[in-house]
Amino acid sequence: MMNRELQTQVAVDNYLRLQFPAQSENESLARVAVASFAAQLDPTMEQLTELKTAVSEAVTNAIIHGYADAPGEVRIECAIQDGVVEVVIEDDGVGIEDIEQARQPLYTSRPELERSGMGITIMENFVDELVIESIPEHGTKVRMRKRMAPVLDGQ
Amino acid sequence: MAMQLQVHDHVVVVKLGGELDHHEVETIRDQIEAELERTGYRGLVMSFRDLDFVDSSALGLILGRYRTVTERHGRMVLCEVNESLARLFELSGLKRILPVAATVDEALQCLREG
Repeated sequence: MMNRELQTQVAVDNYLRLQFPAQSENESLARVAVASFAAQLDPTMEQLTELKTAVSEAVTNAIIHGYADAPGEVRIECAIQDGVVEVVIEDDGVGIEDIEQARQPLYTSRPELERSGMGITIMENFVDELVIESIPEHGTKVRMRKRMAPVLDGQ
Repeated sequence: MAMQLQVHDHVVVVKLGGELDHHEVETIRDQIEAELERTGYRGLVMSFRDLDFVDSSALGLILGRYRTVTERHGRMVLCEVNESLARLFELSGLKRILPVAATVDEALQCLREG
């Protein structure tokens, strides 16, 4: 089985991986990198702004809730397939006990930080699909998908 | 993030530009709070004219200052709100509790008229 080419097709047209320490100065870097990657689909400014904002919310949540400002790592995987971008933002932090509660507009687990409790609501409104998976004490994975380019006829 | 703090007719005017995210809001909050404390003024105008990026951290910043100003029996008006921020106001319902003016002058006018 050595020296043989793998036959399975990679299911994405392009991808990008990022990993960085959970520090707030990296929030800007993360959203700009994802937006730059997605820009190859020739989206509108509005679509790019929405994607950037959703990524910013997820990365901020990883830093202030996942790790509660303690050291840790945030990982991002982006992939593009047929005009859709998928972004997965993952941390190894405390996780979310009750995702339904976290999803409620204006709910925040850290009111002392002046958080608005709107992060997840904004993500849900700014991307087409949002799935949050979390294991308490192990971490959280936020997956989002957003169509960035029109569907081409007959393709 | 670019921030300008000015005072006009016993009102603190804050002009924000650049990227308004979680990384930036703490410093901004501390500076606005310090200015309100230093002047003793009870009116606050926040302008967002030169904003390039904004996320929900801005909502927390605004609601926090609204709380401070209200505790001092003062008032607060927002102005020069761009499309991105307006959309966050709509999603959060913040539009219903805080007046939004077109310009700084209009915001000051709004505070004068009570």
